[in-house]
Amino acid sequence: MAVLPTLPKRLHGPSVWALYAVGFMPAALAFYLGATGQLPGNAVKEFEHLLGLWALRFLVATLAITPIRDLFGLNWLRYRRALGLLAFYYVLMHFLSYMLLDQMLRFPAIVADIARRPFITIGMTALVLLIPLALTSNNWSIRKLGQRWNKLHRLVYLIAAAGALHFAMSVKIVGPEQMLYIALVALLLAWRPIRMPYLRWRRQRSGIARPHHPTTEKAAG
Amino acid sequence: AAALKAAASPYRVDEALTPEEDVTSYNNFYEFGTGKADPAARSGAFKPTPWTVKIDGLVAKPGEFGIEELLGFPLEERVYRMRCVEAWSMVIPWLGFPLATLLDKVEPLGSAKYVAFETVVRPEEMPGQSGLFQPLPWPYREGLRLDEARHPLTILAVGLYGKTLANQNGAPVRLVVPWKYGFKGIKSIVRISLTETVPPCTWNLAAPSEYGFYANVNPAVDHPRWSQATENRIGEGGFFGSNRRDTLPFNGYADEVASLYAGMDLAANF
Repeated sequence: MAVLPTLPKRLHGPSVWALYAVGFMPAALAFYLGATGQLPGNAVKEFEHLLGLWALRFLVATLAITPIRDLFGLNWLRYRRALGLLAFYYVLMHFLSYMLLDQMLRFPAIVADIARRPFITIGMTALVLLIPLALTSNNWSIRKLGQRWNKLHRLVYLIAAAGALHFAMSVKIVGPEQMLYIALVALLLAWRPIRMPYLRWRRQRSGIARPHHPTTEKAAG
Repeated sequence: AAALKAAASPYRVDEALTPEEDVTSYNNFYEFGTGKADPAARSGAFKPTPWTVKIDGLVAKPGEFGIEELLGFPLEERVYRMRCVEAWSMVIPWLGFPLATLLDKVEPLGSAKYVAFETVVRPEEMPGQSGLFQPLPWPYREGLRLDEARHPLTILAVGLYGKTLANQNGAPVRLVVPWKYGFKGIKSIVRISLTETVPPCTWNLAAPSEYGFYANVNPAVDHPRWSQATENRIGEGGFFGSNRRDTLPFNGYADEVASLYAGMDLAANF
């Protein structure tokens, strides 16, 4: 089914590192522009929003790995950990820029924001929930936790939904951009209950046994 | 934008002016799009001349005023703080005249209690007013109590930084009420009506729990989704410096305007 040329195995590792390098570029570039006074208007807000938006993009990309494999036969599973961790780092940078650059460490204001503003409470919840996922995004944790790892990492569904909601609730008018992310996350989440029946149906139809590797099948992200 | 002459005015905030670059490139003007850069980038097709402002409702002498006529009023330069409801602020040298000067010409009737304003609707020139997604119902509407409208601080601005208004700033004529949040400062005005009842206001109708009719700058009353206690001064401090400052009651104009609201609960009438 895959029509793309497959990446030689020896490049798998380097390609993941390349993804990290490319993934951090939006933040690095925006930080450089902000620090050198080249972000127009409200530089701190621009930076903060850019980090949040990229966090959401990486969450969407993380969730897209499974459906892309199911529907198009492209196995990009090797990139999922990097995408998920990039999402975590961007959420963390998003929060740090809010705390350090935007609020200038005015803790009473920060605590009041987190406690009283539902969209900030939701965003903060997403960040907190991402921490255990980031900490267990390594082979050792996967081995150690076994099936519990899969269960734990289903939190990403809640996190992505929270992220899209946080974005939509933060703006004065919910526009096409917010609707796009809500729709993307909704579609990607909706795929999860559909995928097993779909894969079974496709197997029966083609009469071919198990097109996918059984262990990766289980680790449905 | 053409050069514009104006007399100096005692209404002059003693704070650093926000660079003209920022004043003309960081705007909320949803008729041109919801992004801060949209108004400057997408208002090129807008034609601020010819222009007339219609004044009707409860007035003895309704009529229309051409923009040339309005530019002929004795103009003053007023350096005001501008506090957006989104918790950012600027200091802007406006050119304009007191709204009261215009109201005097049309002679409001004794029954008039409020002043209603309307922005132009031109989907062919204002990209935010056409297409599938439209953020607000048009025309944009705003309103003031008559005594607020007559207050000497309330002006109709026709320029800033010594020039006629750029399209993104609300050319050719807009309202400036410095003690209220920026969204009260309706842009590109085509109609002013004197009414007996509270006029409909766009943001107030869109989200009544977030944007009140009065919309007086008040650090003690938070927006439901953010604190109004502090503000970011645009164009200052940069990335690492502290450009966040305390927001002042009535945006620092309490001495002049607090008496307008004597006895009112400002948390209920936000």
